[in-house]
Amino acid sequence: MAEAMQTAQALPVGSEGKRSGGWWGVLALIVTEGSLFGYLLFTYFYLASQSEQHWPPDGLPELLIPGVNTVILLASSVFVWVSERCIQRSMLLCSLVSMALAHILGVCFVAIQFNEWSKTTYDMTSNLYGSLYFTITGFHMLHVIVGLVILMALLLWIALGYFDHRRYAAVTIGGLYWHFVDVVWLFVFTTLYLTPYLY
Amino acid sequence: MTNVDQSMLDLNFCRVPEMGSAPVGSAAETRLARLWESAPGWRGWLSTVDHKTIGLRYLVTAFIFLLMGGVEALIMRLQLARPDQTLLTPEQYSQLFTMHGVTMIFLYSLPILSGFSNYLWPLMLGSRDMAFPRLNALSYWIFLFSGIFLYASFPLGEAPNAGWFNYVPFAGLEYNTGPNIDVYALGMVLLGISTTVGAVNFIVTLFRMRAPGMSIDRVPILVWGTLTASVANIFAVPSVSLAFFMLWLDRQAGTHFFDVLNGGKPLLWQHLFWMFGHPWVYAVVLPAMGIVSDALPTFCRRPLVGYSAVALSTMATMLLGFGVWIHHMFATGLPTLALSFFGAASMVISIPSAVAVFAWIATIWLGRPVFTTPFLFFAGFVILFVIGGLSGVMTAAVPLDFQLNETYFIVAHLHYVLIGINVFPVVGGIYYWFPKFFGRMMNETLGKWSFWVMFIGFNLGFFPMHLAGLLGMPRRIYTYAPHMGWTAVNMVTSVGSFVFAAGILIFLVNILVSLKRGVPATSNPWDAPTLEWAMPSPPPVYNFAVIPFVASRHPLWEDRLDEGVGRSSLEQGYLLMEGRETIGTTPLDAKPDIILKMPDDSYTPFFLGLFSALVFVGLLLHWRDFTVLMVLACSLSLTVWMWPRQALVQRVQDIEHDKEAAHG
Repeated sequence: MAEAMQTAQALPVGSEGKRSGGWWGVLALIVTEGSLFGYLLFTYFYLASQSEQHWPPDGLPELLIPGVNTVILLASSVFVWVSERCIQRSMLLCSLVSMALAHILGVCFVAIQFNEWSKTTYDMTSNLYGSLYFTITGFHMLHVIVGLVILMALLLWIALGYFDHRRYAAVTIGGLYWHFVDVVWLFVFTTLYLTPYLY
Repeated sequence: MTNVDQSMLDLNFCRVPEMGSAPVGSAAETRLARLWESAPGWRGWLSTVDHKTIGLRYLVTAFIFLLMGGVEALIMRLQLARPDQTLLTPEQYSQLFTMHGVTMIFLYSLPILSGFSNYLWPLMLGSRDMAFPRLNALSYWIFLFSGIFLYASFPLGEAPNAGWFNYVPFAGLEYNTGPNIDVYALGMVLLGISTTVGAVNFIVTLFRMRAPGMSIDRVPILVWGTLTASVANIFAVPSVSLAFFMLWLDRQAGTHFFDVLNGGKPLLWQHLFWMFGHPWVYAVVLPAMGIVSDALPTFCRRPLVGYSAVALSTMATMLLGFGVWIHHMFATGLPTLALSFFGAASMVISIPSAVAVFAWIATIWLGRPVFTTPFLFFAGFVILFVIGGLSGVMTAAVPLDFQLNETYFIVAHLHYVLIGINVFPVVGGIYYWFPKFFGRMMNETLGKWSFWVMFIGFNLGFFPMHLAGLLGMPRRIYTYAPHMGWTAVNMVTSVGSFVFAAGILIFLVNILVSLKRGVPATSNPWDAPTLEWAMPSPPPVYNFAVIPFVASRHPLWEDRLDEGVGRSSLEQGYLLMEGRETIGTTPLDAKPDIILKMPDDSYTPFFLGLFSALVFVGLLLHWRDFTVLMVLACSLSLTVWMWPRQALVQRVQDIEHDKEAAHG
């Protein structure tokens, strides 16, 4: 009913946190990107379940370094969260430092993952497992790199003083994407590193 | 709003939107027009983010693809008109039927519906633009470039040639060594980006951009249809993009996903393709069904019968549509249990479709039909829908499908579905909204001729295909021997296809004639109920001079229907003219939630689209450095795009400075 509607109330203007279009847009983006990873993992399980090869061909994966790397990536997510909380309280320096730490941890993840790649005895073309392993981790790596570019931009914008407690939607939205990249890694990690132990 | 603290009361961040009216010619209206106008000339042409311009571009571009696909079909029908013809070589025939399918299914059928929805959504929803105007422009540019990309190898005689569903191993490197399939694979990944960002835009627009009071149960059915299709697309498109990307990796990077010798599985391709493909079928018909559900009642002079049932059946169709993909794979040797389950699911899907059919029939039955051209197209659509639906239920039966699979019966079915449920509503929809688009009525005499010629030609051309299929004629053969008994049906089909084409030609002539000499249209020439008819034809750049308040499903029929309590307010509403602004509302109840700052025109979408397309050109031609350069160009464009702006209140810096300037 038009009559019953409050028309004289004050409304926020522009990109206000979770009311902004960007927040909703990135949520939808995450749904579609999440589906992409769903189909990637479907492909893995479909081919693995029908494979007559020894699976994984090189024996069970080493867990220690990938496990530590997983913790590093999750810690990075925590610092992004802290950075956003700090902005809410207008503690800009704290926010800046947290974002920088988050970024450094993300870079560590990438470096360790590249090292993991260089240690394998197979590549994309050696066998079916290699095709799957490098395509899936490659897709995730691509997302991490995009995420790091976003964190870099946020770091720069915080440093330029673009945000305070009144407007910081970019941090909320960019952070959401980074959390997604990290959560998706848990699924990738479980699939590639843990499930081989089940059979 | 509950969490308004003191600092938020700063007017830059929070204000009470001004109420008022802005009749044509008033100072407020002039100011709005200036705010929303695009620059004249090529600058405005490249940089515009106006959903109406983008919508028309989608419509025109997709229609050109329809004509191209149509010409390809006519050439094939010439080849098949008589047995043992040699007009085309087998390879040419393969490329033609592949490009015909690719064009019609990917470059025409969804984009044309995106055109309608882009143009109409903000007008129907009472908004000044889509949620992401720049993303809208990007989605169009990528669609255009991917269409050009997919056709790039056609003049060289190296077009995609493995059918539109492109089964491996035939599409693999072993049997298909040219660039044909690589063009298809990369082109589809590129087009997938366009579809995805378009879908995201529709979803967010529905949930955030409705006029106050337009609660979720008051939106037009076209909006339900496009919303359902968009939600399906964001779940389904990654599947096909991934499949095409893996195929490209198999072909160009030496991976083994579909490589039988090394443990890859060709059936994986079929699963990934049809997990996308079947929802896609519904994505290209549900919005078209929405066109009918919204426009047919106007010509029946009564509201749609069973609004809620039709809205729910739209979503139910899509939900079930995700669980039927195996019916494309009945003949692949899957376990009987799977076949039974997916066969049953495919039959169940006829229930929500029947709900919609009976709702349309009841609307005609209980109304007072006005037999104008759009009505004829919509009523004709209902008949074709029933025929196409019935042949669909037949092929959902597993044993019958074993017999009919890969015959002309399937070709007949899918053309009844796609032409019947997509092309007829689309042409009817153009007749219906043409006055809104261009401010002129279309010619009725030519209109009726175009309908009858199209309707007769279509049935003459495609109904005999059922018979050809029952007589055992396989699809995708480039010719046949005279003693097979398929000669007569093929001749009739070829004649019918040319009659159908003549109908389309009459429609095109009508468009050209009406653009020049059509009777000027009033704001609501059909006396229709929905918001897009509340403004002048064609609509002003800002759409709504004031953001309306909506009190019912049929804001323009409230006086005669007397549904609900209260009246919509179309003349008085939020003015919102401190820059390009519109209102954001809550997702379900549509209560005012935020004043959204809309972006100005921008070249960034064009350049991002161009650079993205060039990334794929680089991948296709193995130009490594060029590809890297283009990826960097894309990143740069995105950075410019995302840079937080003062004007959109995305950042806080310099606000104090601005205030001083304003006071001084």
